[in-house]
Amino acid sequence: MSKANHPLHKPNNTKLKMQYALIGLIMFVLYYIALTMTDLTYRGSSLSPGTVFKRLFWDPFFNPDIQAKVPTYIGYMVETLAIAYAGTLIAAILAVPFGFLAARNTSRVHHVGKGILNGIRAFPEIMFAIIFVASVGMGPYAGVLAIGINSIGMLGKLYAEVIESIDMKVLEALKAGGANRLQTIWYGVIPQVIPEFSSYAIYRFEIDVRSSTILGIVGAGGIGAPLIIASMQRNWEAVGMMLIVIIVVVTIIDIFSAQIRKRIV
Amino acid sequence: MAKVPESKKTIATIPIVPIRAKIVMSNILFVVLAFYFLSAYVTQAYPNRFIQGLPIALEFVYKDLFPPNWGYTNKVLSSLVETWNIALLATTLAAIFALPLSFLASSNINKNAVLYQFIRFFLNIIRTIPELILAVVLIAFIGLGALAGVGALFIFSLGILAKLISETIEAIDPNPLEAIRATGGNVIQVIWYGVMPQLLPHYTSYSLYVLEINVRASVVLGFVGAGGIGLILKHQLALFNFANVSTIVLMTFFAVTIIDFISNRVRERLV
Repeated sequence: MSKANHPLHKPNNTKLKMQYALIGLIMFVLYYIALTMTDLTYRGSSLSPGTVFKRLFWDPFFNPDIQAKVPTYIGYMVETLAIAYAGTLIAAILAVPFGFLAARNTSRVHHVGKGILNGIRAFPEIMFAIIFVASVGMGPYAGVLAIGINSIGMLGKLYAEVIESIDMKVLEALKAGGANRLQTIWYGVIPQVIPEFSSYAIYRFEIDVRSSTILGIVGAGGIGAPLIIASMQRNWEAVGMMLIVIIVVVTIIDIFSAQIRKRIV
Repeated sequence: MAKVPESKKTIATIPIVPIRAKIVMSNILFVVLAFYFLSAYVTQAYPNRFIQGLPIALEFVYKDLFPPNWGYTNKVLSSLVETWNIALLATTLAAIFALPLSFLASSNINKNAVLYQFIRFFLNIIRTIPELILAVVLIAFIGLGALAGVGALFIFSLGILAKLISETIEAIDPNPLEAIRATGGNVIQVIWYGVMPQLLPHYTSYSLYVLEINVRASVVLGFVGAGGIGLILKHQLALFNFANVSTIVLMTFFAVTIIDFISNRVRERLV
């Protein structure tokens, strides 16, 4: 292409090219470190993958010992659900003041509120579980505390975003009509935020069901502990059955929760 | 004098909140609370015990976790690097494999309804399995070590990433795609010239988001022997060496915060 065809001169994109080169270099270094420093050796067990697969997902259906244990596993799963439900509900309530604290239009110190919520979210939930198990002892009680505190981080942030997006004209109209502060909140703010608050809480419940299946490994109750023990004993039939119970229950809850959330918002 | 109470009466007969809505709301509230008390009974975590538990936890943090053992920093750092490497490799693999899957899982590219539904179903199943359980299963197949961790996080993030990307593909501007199809472009050309330019910023942003999730998730994986920081955390917990535990917790917190911060900055500039 000659200059005559392009009367407009080419934009100077040296800076862009430098940026791409820098990004490329950073990525190269990161991948170099990742690939050289990680020990990615394959340590297959004495059993072939096919055998393990069969023992995980086929044999449990024909093993009478495992079938006899299904009610026990369902009992563990109920406990898991109870942990998630109690934790999420407490978090859904405790997150409301945090949401108002972190919203730009209701709080003067919203940076502080956002900082607290970000801090909570940066801790992986397993860390909360460890702290609570160590302080209040093993069992579902510690799990509820861990889920409850950890969920405040995400719910508070989402609540704050909802509060920031409400229609302030309604509040103004109520104030002009002579409503006091409590009435403004009750008739102006609450009806606007309740559908989204509950939708986010239900969504968080889905996440917490998954979390509370995990928390058992540090002793915070639920199906996690028997699952880990069975996997350490290489009892793959039991592991497979528990996996099936978890997948079925989680799927049912996801479907229900999606239906409810569709109707709310 | 008779007029005033009458007007008050009319106001009183028209409630601000409709009666039907009130009944529905109180029923919902009743069900929610009933489930709560059931759960509280199962878990022994009644509201008053929840409040009581918090000071105990704070006291534990103050007495046992403080002060952290800073001499342990080097060991933690090398484990954190391993955790980060696992997350990075898993995210990269997932980002590569999620792209073709998401084209198959978006209705405006994949016109084959049966294949579309099948891929969607497959992705939904993947997403129901918690990452730790994937790790347990993969350890059964490929043994203890970082490879199982990478595999577990790969499958876990494939589900999330493919869902996010396919939803974005379904929401893109259809006009360029139609124009390319009208001029005789095949599927590959539609994707390359029509979808990719619109998708690329979102794709990069989602990949970074999944990287953040994976960093958090890979902390847990070590507990079942899939490499990373979880492994040393488990050992120190078993030894009740809380000074070391608190070093691990604090350093993980800082690492996660820094990674989130950088990733958020990049994502803000992208989309």
